[in-house]
Amino acid sequence: MRIAVASGKGGTGKTTVAVNLAVTVARSGRQVHLCDCDVEEPNAAIYLDPQLGPAVPVSTPIPVVDNDLCNHCGQCAAICEFNAIACLPRQTLVFPDLCHSCSGCWLVCPEQAITQADRVLGEVSVGSAGSIGFTQGVLRIGETVVPPLIHTVKATVRGAPWVILDAPPGTTCPAVEALRGADFALLVTEPTPFGLHDLDLAVKLARGLDIPCGIVENRAIPGRDIVDRYCAEMDLPVLARIPFTRDLAAVGSEGGLLVDADADVAAAFTQLLDELVGLEARA
Amino acid sequence: MKLVITAQGPNPEDPVDPRFGRAAYHILFDDKAGTFTTLENQGKDAAQGAGVQAAQTIAASGAEILLTGHCGPKAFQALNAAGVSIFSGVEGRVLDAVQAWRDGRLEELNSPDGTPRH
Amino acid sequence: MKELVVLSGKGGTGKTSVTAALAALGAGEVLADCDVDAANLHLVLGTHGEAAHPFVSGHTAVIRTDDCSDCGECARLCRFDAILAETVAGRIRFRVDPIACEGCGVCVHFCPSGAIDFPSSTCGWWGTSRTRFGALIHAALDVGAENSGKLVTLVREQARKAATAAGADLVLVDGPPGIGCPVTASLTGADLVLLVTEPSLPALHDLGRIRELARHFAVPVVVCINKCDLNPRLSDRIAEFCRDQGIPVVGRIPFDPLAGDAQIAGVSLVEFAPESPAAAALAAMWEDIRGALATAPQPKG
Repeated sequence: MRIAVASGKGGTGKTTVAVNLAVTVARSGRQVHLCDCDVEEPNAAIYLDPQLGPAVPVSTPIPVVDNDLCNHCGQCAAICEFNAIACLPRQTLVFPDLCHSCSGCWLVCPEQAITQADRVLGEVSVGSAGSIGFTQGVLRIGETVVPPLIHTVKATVRGAPWVILDAPPGTTCPAVEALRGADFALLVTEPTPFGLHDLDLAVKLARGLDIPCGIVENRAIPGRDIVDRYCAEMDLPVLARIPFTRDLAAVGSEGGLLVDADADVAAAFTQLLDELVGLEARA
Repeated sequence: MKLVITAQGPNPEDPVDPRFGRAAYHILFDDKAGTFTTLENQGKDAAQGAGVQAAQTIAASGAEILLTGHCGPKAFQALNAAGVSIFSGVEGRVLDAVQAWRDGRLEELNSPDGTPRH
Repeated sequence: MKELVVLSGKGGTGKTSVTAALAALGAGEVLADCDVDAANLHLVLGTHGEAAHPFVSGHTAVIRTDDCSDCGECARLCRFDAILAETVAGRIRFRVDPIACEGCGVCVHFCPSGAIDFPSSTCGWWGTSRTRFGALIHAALDVGAENSGKLVTLVREQARKAATAAGADLVLVDGPPGIGCPVTASLTGADLVLLVTEPSLPALHDLGRIRELARHFAVPVVVCINKCDLNPRLSDRIAEFCRDQGIPVVGRIPFDPLAGDAQIAGVSLVEFAPESPAAAALAAMWEDIRGALATAPQPKG
């Protein structure tokens, strides 16, 4: 079962849910692999302290123009929707950071003057934390192209029956790439208008991708029921609730696991796992 | 000698557009003939690389001089490769900009002075 | 006119709440919400009079089924897995997944039957609203869209334009989390970046990365440690990190459980609980930020 942990809003506790769920799955005797797909700000390793193999660069192909072969016909610049190539009277220039690696320019070039080079987007490392398989991707500072790196992170998983994808915040291309192919989306929210507003975006994204979803309410406060009311209206199950306490906030801030710090939270995660096992059986 | 001036409107009386890649119009001035030709900036709404696209248009027009407000790093590189000299910080009407250039009151840009945009 | 951009790297540290408090403390600035993925600032500013414009950017491929010869060349060439093959009545038919489509046009160009259209795509909206504290320029990308960098740039341009028209001396920008494309588009050329962090190891890790990005684009930064009393030891460690890096810490804001109530009431904390220690800390920070803005070097562009 591939479970994406997502949220819309940042900082609602996606990584907290992803790592505590991974630990709960592993302790139930199941084989699990956690992918930190938040390559802009990867944090899961802070909680799980994994042993990682070498950081392998991930690159995307970009064009290189051989100006001796180029006759400046301009077809490469014309096909490029991203203005990554400037065909000038005496020279053809490539702007690698505008390139989307669509391959149009080297396919269209009639002189075979364009070859491919690698542009490094970031690094991916694979390893394990105890029995939990672990992969993380790290985007290079200043790099703006994120989806291919997330794609590579997900592609490192080999055979683990349970895969947990810690997704980036937002609802645009990086979040889409993380969610794609998931069997279930666990959407983490908090009982605030910001949390709820962005949860609604995440629900729309999951439903747009045909991924069934359920909710985890983090930092729950007794008597504040705005998440319940939203979920009832949208016909969404609330699968777990993690209360807000200063003690839990302190544990999380130091990279500690909530399931080790608090028996009630551990029970909530065990119940969440049972729900997910039930969903898988029904699917 | 031909010049291109970035403009907010299609006429020489319109003000200079401080933007290069996303300027509303590029006005071509032929110094020998004393004529103005208006070029629509096809790339002004491009998702990215508007400056790169505009640089190609300027190069293809045969202009050797650009008068504009600011010029970002990618457009600067492309214009440089095309042998176009850039005068930035230009203000006022297009007509005034041309006069300022004729009077030698403009300073040539030696490095990009605009913000890269993503 | 100066432009202050509020960023954090890590999400959920309190960017929007801090931005709303600064808006309430300031006078007559223009506000911009550049978190176009998940914009929230309008929820606490009491917006009205929305003027929304469609945001049209890029193209999406569409296969005209009637003209398609089912050759599969598009699926072979697409590097974004955006061509779906479906079996309909015993035949393989090809269709473009609009969410996966990058808008590169390779399939359009190479289709031997010329059966692929390439219309412009509307991927969201942007608009200007009135708020209690001045104009707010905000926007939203459609769920699953891309191109957020261009929309962020557009929001910032419109905000600067509105500030010039209104004679405002400050544009206050609420930024997105992360360090990717929309963040880069939010900070290039800004006068000052306020990094809102919190005392946690993930937030400290992300603070280092967003600080690197700001340095990459030569934008000066100041730091605010939000919810500082939730882990005083880590708050001190962040302050130490900032001292080593030469970054001024302009505020330490204590955690206030009323922050959630303020949000539910649709106002900032400095309005909801003006006597609270957090409100006092925010007010003191605002003075420091004004000082930092006054001395920030004028950026190019």
